[in-house]
Amino acid sequence: MSHATLTPKSRSSLRGATLPKWFLWAVAAGSIAAGLGISAAAGLNSSIQWALIAAVLFVLGTYAISARVEGGRQAKDRVATSMVWVAFIVAVIPLASLVWATVKRGVKVLDGYFLTHSMGVVADAEVGGGIYHAILGTLEQVGIATLISVPVGVLTAIYLVEYGSGKLSKAVTFFVDVMTGIPSIVAGLFILSTWILMLDMGPSGFAGSLALSILMIPVVVRSTEEMLKLVPNELREASLALGVPKWRTILKVVLPTSVGGITTGVMLAVARITGETAPVLLLVWGTDFINANPFQDPQESLPMYIYLQFANSGGYGAAYDRAWAAALTLIAFIMILNLAARGIARWKAPKTGR
Amino acid sequence: MAKRIDVSGLNAYYSSFLAIEDISMTVEPRSVTAFIGPSGCGKSTFLRTLNRMHEVTPGGRVEGKVMLDDENLYGAGIDPVAVRREVGMVFQRPNPFPTMSVYDNVAAGLKLNGKFKKSELDDVVEKSLRGANLWNEVKDRLNKPGSGLSGGQQQRLCIARAIAVEPNVLLMDEPCSALDPISTLAIEDLIGELKERFTIVIVTHNMQQAARVSDRTAFFNLAAVGQPGKLIEIDETERIFSNPSVQATEDYISGRFG
Repeated sequence: MSHATLTPKSRSSLRGATLPKWFLWAVAAGSIAAGLGISAAAGLNSSIQWALIAAVLFVLGTYAISARVEGGRQAKDRVATSMVWVAFIVAVIPLASLVWATVKRGVKVLDGYFLTHSMGVVADAEVGGGIYHAILGTLEQVGIATLISVPVGVLTAIYLVEYGSGKLSKAVTFFVDVMTGIPSIVAGLFILSTWILMLDMGPSGFAGSLALSILMIPVVVRSTEEMLKLVPNELREASLALGVPKWRTILKVVLPTSVGGITTGVMLAVARITGETAPVLLLVWGTDFINANPFQDPQESLPMYIYLQFANSGGYGAAYDRAWAAALTLIAFIMILNLAARGIARWKAPKTGR
Repeated sequence: MAKRIDVSGLNAYYSSFLAIEDISMTVEPRSVTAFIGPSGCGKSTFLRTLNRMHEVTPGGRVEGKVMLDDENLYGAGIDPVAVRREVGMVFQRPNPFPTMSVYDNVAAGLKLNGKFKKSELDDVVEKSLRGANLWNEVKDRLNKPGSGLSGGQQQRLCIARAIAVEPNVLLMDEPCSALDPISTLAIEDLIGELKERFTIVIVTHNMQQAARVSDRTAFFNLAAVGQPGKLIEIDETERIFSNPSVQATEDYISGRFG
């Protein structure tokens, strides 16, 4: 297919032969066809196998044809480009297939009734019931965790960027880094041993919130720190030179300039902890009934609901469908949060337009 | 309201590095004093010691005396925040607050300090923008973002912001170096008007600009890279540019080095 596009090599040193734009698409289509053909011939029946063969053929094909027509440098450039494309597709496929699988299986029982009722008197094998109690629990636990983590995290970041120097700030940075790597089950066990075993408190949504904020604080600190570092020093100096005290400069100039990025960071941290199951399992225990009080008695949460419904379903039936519908709700919830974060970031971003 | 600045025996450090050494000079009120000298000789550092902005840089510290009329800026119990309200500053690159409108930028000094009356604010903003020769250009877009103005307008906006808090002294750190000749001219004219009300100190790399706008000129130099910068001489601008008393000044001005 490439022979038609071959142009005679020009003598001009600035002008070289170029392949047309449809060349890449042609090679891609060709390598997919070849990949399918080879797998059919060899009797391979996994879609991963033919896709890998096609990807390798695509990279090699672009290189070979381009090296012949355009020369070595352009061929290397094309290989780098096609590898980026292959990597992109490899990254997108699992994501897309995950969303597809969740939507396909989740919409079966997802309706208004499902969102507004609990599992109170519904047995696992029975049809019906809903996730109202789980949504309520997730909202309360994540909300309280956010209320604890955002002030602590943002103030820590302000200390690190605006005031910190020397040993204390180095130590804080180090421990924040360490905290970022804490597995969620360890955070859960920590709260279990202090709050529930040592202080003798019962399971509650609040105990879960404490563990979730241990996971959330380092993420908030890190992202806020990066955002504050992006604020140009000139703005701080301009404000200080007007005779504005440092704390007001931070409050009125530095934070407003970076509030979009900080909000995005907070929302991503919220999204991260919303899906946590382990600490909730240890500390909140779960219930089939509606419990609106996060400070007393077990509550439910979405990830735990998914886990328990799936574990009790045996892979089919009403509970299995409910697990998928709850998973879809969780994904939608996190996506709405992310969209909201983007909206806020765009709305609050420093305006440059005329 | 313009005040005299009297500097004696001033050293400024970055951590242990001595950046400027033993500077003594007087800046007359209601006049323009220009600082000239090669890059790295400490003009900007010295300028920033005059409103205690030097110590904002990590490791920055100052020894010596800076008298603003009869008050030592580095005396015990002096609040740097109060000093900066008396001695305003305009920076090399225009730096309007990106989250604020034109109006809020000018009002920032008053608003951020929390002491203003809504009714007075409009007057202050208009007066400052007129003072900075910007009013006619922005009066219809006061609520648009300040960063949407052109570079020259932004710099005049920063000047308006600085004079809105009614300082006694205005420090300008190469205010025209990022601007085109027309905006530069606008700002130089403005400096000529502002000196009726303020004491103005301007750092510039443009010798013609120093000659055009200033009444007195100070020449700074450093012996070698890594050595502290020193004040070579300060005199009437006319004298510095026609018949300076130190050979190094003449060499620098006539372009024989630096």
